[in-house]
Amino acid sequence: MTEQSTPAESAGPAGTPPGRTGLSPRKKQQISRIVQYVALVAVVVFLALRIEWGQLAENFAKPEVAAETLPDLFTVALKNTIIYSVGGFFFAFLLGLLFALMRMSSVRPYRWIAIAYIEIFRGLPALLIFLLILFLPLALPGFEVPGGTYGQGILGLTIVGSAYMAETLRAGLQAVPKGQMEAARSLGMSHARAMTTIVIPQAVRIVIPPTTNQFVSLLKDSSLVLFLGVSGDYVELTKFGNDMASTFANATPILVVGVTYLLVTIPLGYLASRLEKRQARGR
Amino acid sequence: MTPVNHAVEIRDLHKHFGKLEVLKGIDFAVDPGQVVCVIGPSGSGKSTLLRCVNLLEQPTSGRVVLEGVELTDRDVDIDAARRRVGMVFQQFNLFPHMTALQNVMIAQRRVLKRGRAEAEKIARENLEKVGIADKCDAYPLQLSGGQQQRVAIARALAMNPALMLFDEPTSALDPELVGDVLTVMRKLAEEGMTMLVVTHEMAFARDVADRVVFMDGGVIVEDGPAAQVIGEPQHERTKSFLRRVLDPTHTDV
Repeated sequence: MTEQSTPAESAGPAGTPPGRTGLSPRKKQQISRIVQYVALVAVVVFLALRIEWGQLAENFAKPEVAAETLPDLFTVALKNTIIYSVGGFFFAFLLGLLFALMRMSSVRPYRWIAIAYIEIFRGLPALLIFLLILFLPLALPGFEVPGGTYGQGILGLTIVGSAYMAETLRAGLQAVPKGQMEAARSLGMSHARAMTTIVIPQAVRIVIPPTTNQFVSLLKDSSLVLFLGVSGDYVELTKFGNDMASTFANATPILVVGVTYLLVTIPLGYLASRLEKRQARGR
Repeated sequence: MTPVNHAVEIRDLHKHFGKLEVLKGIDFAVDPGQVVCVIGPSGSGKSTLLRCVNLLEQPTSGRVVLEGVELTDRDVDIDAARRRVGMVFQQFNLFPHMTALQNVMIAQRRVLKRGRAEAEKIARENLEKVGIADKCDAYPLQLSGGQQQRVAIARALAMNPALMLFDEPTSALDPELVGDVLTVMRKLAEEGMTMLVVTHEMAFARDVADRVVFMDGGVIVEDGPAAQVIGEPQHERTKSFLRRVLDPTHTDV
């Protein structure tokens, strides 16, 4: 801006002409880009020289060990991961809907119970909840989670997911315009009837994208089933990978398991963002 | 007991929203077959009055009697009473997750418990009546505002209401679509439907209404035949409102 004060340059109708001193913005941008490329190449070359690729491949990508994980990787581990997370998602959805409706209830104690549940279980680490479930039989002698190991895993994920689901569903229910309830009531529907046939179906549509993301998050949290001490036919991906890695004293199974998670989570994430876009267009 | 000679009767109706008194003692009645238009400036309480008739708003005090049934009785079966009153909203409020046909069928099925075939037949008849039989399978978002509003009218008619309430049914429409909806309403009036219409369409009020009610500040200022209230208004407030509405480029600013 110093050029503006030079008296030699007469100000035209559009102000002082831009100064030509120093580098032009285009030149500056060019230099900045060259610096960025040089930095990138330097890091890549450094890593390529520094890492012992043979040893890395030996430990993380050994084809013989990877082959050992089949077919159990899919027939047992992935199957169980999906059982735990789909089961947990299903019950989390139902419980979440119940708490969302209680949170909006006209009965004040229902609201308090819902708020307490949501605040407590949203604030606790998922691992802590699984540890609590592990110790449940000690706290309640004679009590057993129905469904055995599957039941315990699903219960844990249900508790982890339902608090988030309740908040998501509440947002969805509140996003349905008030006129929808009014139109339904003016046609003679009871409040409950209007909720079930008009409001809830629309709310569910609204929350499909965020709940898809919640499913992905539950799928990852299903790895915590590891802490329930599962074994044999009940292992899910992470536990399976961990066990195989110990057996072969090699990290390849963990990498294989990671890739298996991504096979599920990346398409789901993609699906969620597509649904989101479609909804943005529809409304 | 009130003798059943009014379709709807309103006595000393008051409605407060917190400290704001929106309706300050409304008395009036609509007889079977009558078409009554309620006009007035915005904020005059016309929509609130309409919404009190089917208890979408709970009146603070006063009585609303529909076909001899007192709706303001705390123990009334309000859902049963609302079946007799059709309501058409400014924003249409069609159910966006259902096709036009499903919109007209859903309450017949779930509320009146009609069979699928019967409900569909009645739905198609009513959609035909409002002139959109060919859009049965379209979703509301695929329809124009005028088409949506006509589906909403068909949806209300399919319940065989004794009284139809219209809450500014053309206010959200593009000007060229207003006529489609008003024509359907005029046909309905000619068939003898009892109608209570909150509107800014003075031409409709003048041509179709048996009676026009002018409201301002939460009270009824003037109530009489359309020709009288719109043609020769008695009160200064009515006159100045009509001047503003009928000749909007020459108002005293």
